[in-house]
Amino acid sequence: MAAGFAQWGNDLYAGRRSYDIVGRRRIWFTISTVLVILSAILLIKPGLNPGIEFRGGSQFIVSGVPDADEQLAIDTVKSIAPEESPEVTQLGTDSLRIQTSKLANDQVEDVASALQAAYGVTDDEVASSFIGPSWGADISKKAITGILVFLVFVTIVMTIYFRNWRMALAALIALFHDLIITVGVYAAVGWEVTPATVIGFLTILGYSIYDTVVVFDKVRENTADTLDQSRYTYAEKANLAVNQTLVRSINTSVVALLPVGAILFVGAFILGAGTLRDIALALFVGMLIGTFSSIFLATPFEVTLREREPAIRDHTRKVLAARKARADAGGEADEPILASAVHGATQLRPGSHQGVQAQPKRRR
Amino acid sequence: MLGILIVAIVASLFAGTKWSDATWTPSLALDLEGGTQIILKAKPVGDEKVTSNTISQAIEVIRQRVDSSGVAEAEITSQGSDQIVVGLPGKPSEETLKLVRTPAHMEFRPVLAFGAPTPTSADQPSATPTPTATAGAATDSGTQPTDAATAPADAAATPEPTPSASAPASDTPTKAAPDNASDAAYYVTPAVQEKFDQLDCTDADSRTGGSSGDPDVAFVTCDPDGSAKYILGPVEIQGSEIASASSGRNVLPNGGVGTEWVVNLKMKSKGTSQFTDVTTRLQGLTSPQNQFAMVLDGLVISAPSLAPGVIISNGQAEISGTFTRESAASLANQLNFGALPVTFEVQSEDQISATLGAEQLEKGLLAGLIGLILVVIYSMLQYRALGLLTVASLVVAAALTYGIITLLSWTQGYRLSLPGVAGLIVAIGITADSFIVYFERIRDELREGRTLAAAVDRGWERARRTILASDAVNFIAAIVLYLLAVGGVRGFAFTLGLTTIIDVVVVFLFTHPMMQLIARMPFFAHGHPLSGLDPRRLGVDATRYVGRGKVVTGPRTTTTTDEDAPAAAAAPSSASRVPVGVGGGQTIAERRAAAKAAAQDAPAASPPTAGGSPDDGAQESGTESGRTEGNEH
Repeated sequence: MAAGFAQWGNDLYAGRRSYDIVGRRRIWFTISTVLVILSAILLIKPGLNPGIEFRGGSQFIVSGVPDADEQLAIDTVKSIAPEESPEVTQLGTDSLRIQTSKLANDQVEDVASALQAAYGVTDDEVASSFIGPSWGADISKKAITGILVFLVFVTIVMTIYFRNWRMALAALIALFHDLIITVGVYAAVGWEVTPATVIGFLTILGYSIYDTVVVFDKVRENTADTLDQSRYTYAEKANLAVNQTLVRSINTSVVALLPVGAILFVGAFILGAGTLRDIALALFVGMLIGTFSSIFLATPFEVTLREREPAIRDHTRKVLAARKARADAGGEADEPILASAVHGATQLRPGSHQGVQAQPKRRR
Repeated sequence: MLGILIVAIVASLFAGTKWSDATWTPSLALDLEGGTQIILKAKPVGDEKVTSNTISQAIEVIRQRVDSSGVAEAEITSQGSDQIVVGLPGKPSEETLKLVRTPAHMEFRPVLAFGAPTPTSADQPSATPTPTATAGAATDSGTQPTDAATAPADAAATPEPTPSASAPASDTPTKAAPDNASDAAYYVTPAVQEKFDQLDCTDADSRTGGSSGDPDVAFVTCDPDGSAKYILGPVEIQGSEIASASSGRNVLPNGGVGTEWVVNLKMKSKGTSQFTDVTTRLQGLTSPQNQFAMVLDGLVISAPSLAPGVIISNGQAEISGTFTRESAASLANQLNFGALPVTFEVQSEDQISATLGAEQLEKGLLAGLIGLILVVIYSMLQYRALGLLTVASLVVAAALTYGIITLLSWTQGYRLSLPGVAGLIVAIGITADSFIVYFERIRDELREGRTLAAAVDRGWERARRTILASDAVNFIAAIVLYLLAVGGVRGFAFTLGLTTIIDVVVVFLFTHPMMQLIARMPFFAHGHPLSGLDPRRLGVDATRYVGRGKVVTGPRTTTTTDEDAPAAAAAPSSASRVPVGVGGGQTIAERRAAAKAAAQDAPAASPPTAGGSPDDGAQESGTESGRTEGNEH
């Protein structure tokens, strides 16, 4: 397998094998648009399910508990409100704090009396109150400000680094694409959004940009001299870059996804609801989409933008016209060459150095 | 270099465990370790109501204060209508508790009079409650509080009908309007004077502070250690005019650094002009009225006097007092984030258990371990022996991360939460990516026909750029979020920034030097099939010099490995190498190859047509003839 993969990598690098990713961009754009719209619908219809940290909830404090059995509290609350997953904490030496999402008034009373019965304490040893969100509006507001400032900074840095704002724009589009789809998948699964989930989304933010920058760096390298030559169009050179980084993209995403997948598996199937599961799902989906978008969305989109640039447009037209003219003039021999040219660019392969064999032979 | 770094970390940790309270494991956050839960109940000041708005304001201020003291990720919620629940990890220190509950309401008032802390009772011999009688004494005594009832100095200048000792203390000013805020005759009403006389600052109860009093009238209070009591004029500058505060050693007149801890204040523009006005007025007055008091939560923490001619117009003030490093830092912190809108009293303080429990951490680490093993297996499959370098680099990165986190949890109060652990596990991916980018670049260079040493150099040059660019983006994200966000987001940003730096450090100081070393080892340099750097597997059959003036092109005959066999077998045995995908003008080599291919394939197989899949090209590419593949630039 590995040998096949290595061979495949060689072919991709040399351009013997090439996937026309940039040329078929309409397909990828369509897929992405559909996914984004689907996610948007999911975000509206079932919507996200914010946890107690965002909405606040009800809190019960059972004091004077001789034996602080946390599971008993969980079971008791679940018997009244089955869809809840209460958070139970020991308070001091003999008290329990039980937090649930906001319950209706009669439910609060039911839970309080059930807890009282379960732990065998008196009426005034169970206190219930409403608690506000621990992830309040001020945290969200500051986080959003932070993200916006970050995006502005990243746009500036990428524009300076790549000397082109189009790459920054394409990276941002890919970023929003990743975020929306990740959040959409999360909405579809219907798990509670906790601070851990939000941290997961933030990680995706970083990962998506990171991955895109790595791919764009190769595109930049390949296309640096586009205008100085007339063999390939910009799109073909960009496509070659994507193909050449394909092995890196696959290796990286496998390496990144393996630990996350392990956490997701352990979190979802062994532990059940909890921080690990929430963060792992957000990360798993986000990294998968992030890899997809850096290859299939960011680069084709950047090429679309670049082809609107007059210089690039003229160059593309010139290259294609020259190629067509040569094809018309050329005979049969040129046909396979032209045929594969349709699939985008490949590496130019020089002949080998032949040493003395290149010299005319002396007749004997 | 890297060794020095690791040794330094381990050594400081060792020193820390030996002589301080550092541990060999990082401290854990609230969700994993539990901590202390403090319930604060709002105490309205005056007739101000406690609304949900003031509570959320207070939560914001408390959160900023706690955050600024480290990366502890406190959990702060409101409870009921007038309570705030603060969850702090571990056992918080007295300073941290002070950060949470102190309102930090700062005001600047002029000093009208001060005295010894003990009550000035009527039977005290020198107590002559006529201001004119004591005015001289007060002025003479300089900065030392007099034991006599100190009356305003300029009361002498404005001879007013003074109340006799027996008359009931009235609270009505003797003048219609004050000349300025230092007008003692207006502000020191008999009621104020009586209150001042009775105040006993040696009694700890009267030094609890809290309310700062009505800003428009005189205010009688103590200083925090009970060594003096003051009558203060109305508020001249509000604490909200403080732009920033910082703590540090005092600066001596000669520019040196003193030994005393002070808090430096910087005023906003309005505060600066107010401050200029006040100092202009006060420096011309006599003691004690040339002093202005900095009042924190109703207590005078500092009341410096202004020598004649001293006008502070740059809006910078220095609070000196009996500060320690901690208390100066904590006051600066409190002032930076503004006053709490209400006063709080601590209702209860309990130990709380971890919300997530050990199981989550255990399973999380287990999952991380499984993931790591899978990563090792995958990179060994992909990169063979080179995979070992990936693994070694990851181990170094992990050791470095563990060391730094432990160090930071000792020095900075950093605490590892479960999202933090997850973030670290994710960092495996991002860190490994740097190696993958690097290795792929080296392979690319090998495919171009370079020797390993040359490929490492060139590949590193190119990979370095990519690694730095992409890590820079992550680092910007970390810095921006760390500076602007609060709570859990800030903790995340910290972890992200840390792992990014470690990634760069490991790649530059470990992976690359190791790679250079490895490139010299025959096992790798000669491209052993298991080295992962086998040129033959990378499709290179370069021209080689085999000695005795002979140059050989083509595959090495005996060493063609099994893995290459299928690929080679798949290729047609004849020289059917068709150059693929050259659009424009051809190179001579391409034209020749095309002609040759056309001639040879004409009878047997037709050349691939336009409809052929891109895969066709690969099938037909042989490995037979001597050629190198090269980038065209």
